[in-house]
Amino acid sequence: MNIQEQFIKDLASKGNRNDGRKEKDYREIIIEKDVIPKAEGSARVKFGDSEVIVGVKMGVGAPFEDKPDSGVMMIGAELSPIASPDFETGPPREDSIELARVVDRGIRESKMIDLEKLCIEKGEKVWMVFIDIQIINHDGNLIDVAALAAVTALHNSKMPTYEKDVVNYEKKTKKLPVRFKPITITVAKISGKFFVDTTLEEENAMDSRVSVAIKDDGNICAVQKGGDSLTESEIHQIFDLASEKAKELRKLIN
Amino acid sequence: MVKREDGRKPDEMRPIEIKAGVIKNADGSAMVKFGKTIAIAAVYGPRAMHPRRMQEPDRTVLRCRYSMVPFSTTDRCRPGPSRRSTEISKVTREALEPALFLDEIPKTVIDVFIDVIAADAGTRTTGINAASVALADAGIPMRDLVASVAAGKIGKEVMVDLAGKEEEETSCDVPIAYMPRSKQVTLLQMDGDIPVKDFNDVLKMATKSCEQIYKKQKEALGERWIK
Repeated sequence: MNIQEQFIKDLASKGNRNDGRKEKDYREIIIEKDVIPKAEGSARVKFGDSEVIVGVKMGVGAPFEDKPDSGVMMIGAELSPIASPDFETGPPREDSIELARVVDRGIRESKMIDLEKLCIEKGEKVWMVFIDIQIINHDGNLIDVAALAAVTALHNSKMPTYEKDVVNYEKKTKKLPVRFKPITITVAKISGKFFVDTTLEEENAMDSRVSVAIKDDGNICAVQKGGDSLTESEIHQIFDLASEKAKELRKLIN
Repeated sequence: MVKREDGRKPDEMRPIEIKAGVIKNADGSAMVKFGKTIAIAAVYGPRAMHPRRMQEPDRTVLRCRYSMVPFSTTDRCRPGPSRRSTEISKVTREALEPALFLDEIPKTVIDVFIDVIAADAGTRTTGINAASVALADAGIPMRDLVASVAAGKIGKEVMVDLAGKEEEETSCDVPIAYMPRSKQVTLLQMDGDIPVKDFNDVLKMATKSCEQIYKKQKEALGERWIK
C-alpha cells in the first residue's frame, strides 16, 4: 500500500475526506444537454473532475427473435486513453464492459425506454437505440456519472424519421418515448465507513463498492457489488444511503 | 404453499451434485450440478505469472475465466469471450478473492477456469460453487468455502435457485455468493424491480440456502480426501 492510500484510509476511518467533503457529499455536479449536434440526444456530465459525454444514436434494424415487436437498446462504454494515463487503446476490457453493463441494467430493468413504441414492422424492422458512453476525464465514480449522463441524454433525445426505407436524420419531429428517471448511486466502503461519489484516489484505497439503481418509486432495479466482501447489515446500510442520495440526484434531470 | 413449475418448495433448490477431483491434470478441480446446469472448474497454481508484466511484486494474482461451451444452450452460443462472460469472470474473481490469502506468495498466479457444459439457469452461481471446491481441492489455504445461489420473488413468494420459466416470471434475480463462517457476502448482483424491504427477504433466503450448499461442498471434499 502506498502512502496516499494509507492517508485516505486514515482519514476515512474518522469519516473525513482529503478534499474536505463529508461522507454523503457529492462533488459539484454540472449537467449540459444537447452537446453533440449530430446525435439524437446527448449530455455532458461532470462530477468534480470526472467528466463523461453520453451520445444517443438511432438506426433501423431487425428485432430480437424472442421480442419481435420491441425496439432494441444497446449501451457501450469507451475508456478512451485521453481520459487517464491508465487507460489503453485496444478492445474493451473488463472495467469498461462492467461500466456499460451496469448502466445498461439500470436503464433496461427500470423500463425507462418504452421499447414497444419503437416497433416499425413487427418481426422485421424496429428502431435501435445506441447509447455510447465516452469518458473524457477520469477522476472516479464513473458509473454514477455515466448513468446520470445516459438518463439525461435519453430524456432529451429526438427521433429521426423513417420514410421509404430510409432514415432521415435531418427531420426529427418526435421525442424518444421515455418515462422514469432511474438513478444509479455507488456507495464505497473505506475503512469501515461509507462514502458516495469517490474520487480516483479514494477508489484506489476503497475496500468494496456497491452500485444501486433506484427508480422513481423507490424500488431498486439493479445492483452490482465490486471489491471485497460485505455483511448483510452493511448491504442494508448501503441501500438506505443510496435511496436517500437518489432522490437528490433525480431532481437534477430535466 | 405455492407449487413451483417443477414441484419444488419455495426454499428448495434443484437436486445438487458436487464432485471434487474430476480433472487429472489440474491442481484442483470440481464438477457441480444444479438440476440441468453443469459447471466444471479447474484450478492451476499458484504458479509463476506469465506474462511477467502482469506479476504483482507483493501478492498472488487470482485470474478467473468463466465460459459457456457452445453446445451448452438451446441456440448454440458463440465460443470465445463475450461482454456477458467478461463481466461474470470479473464478479466471479471478486466472489472468490475474499476467501483466499493472496499476499503470501509474490509474483505468482492462481488460474481458475470455469466451463459451463450445460446451461439451464444459474450458471454463474454454479460456476462459483465449482470453483470454490476446486480451490480447496488444490490444497490452497482458504478462509472459508464460498457457496453461491440466486434467489428471486414471484408474486408474493420468495424463491431460491430459479430455473426454467421462473427466470422470466421473477420480479428480481439476485445472485449472491456467501462465506457462511464469517457471514460475508462476496457476490451481490441484482436486476429486476423490487422495493428495498423485499430485498432483505430475498437476501436472507439466498444466504440460508448457501449454508446448505456449503455442507454439500464439504461433503464432496470429504469424499475425495478423507479415506
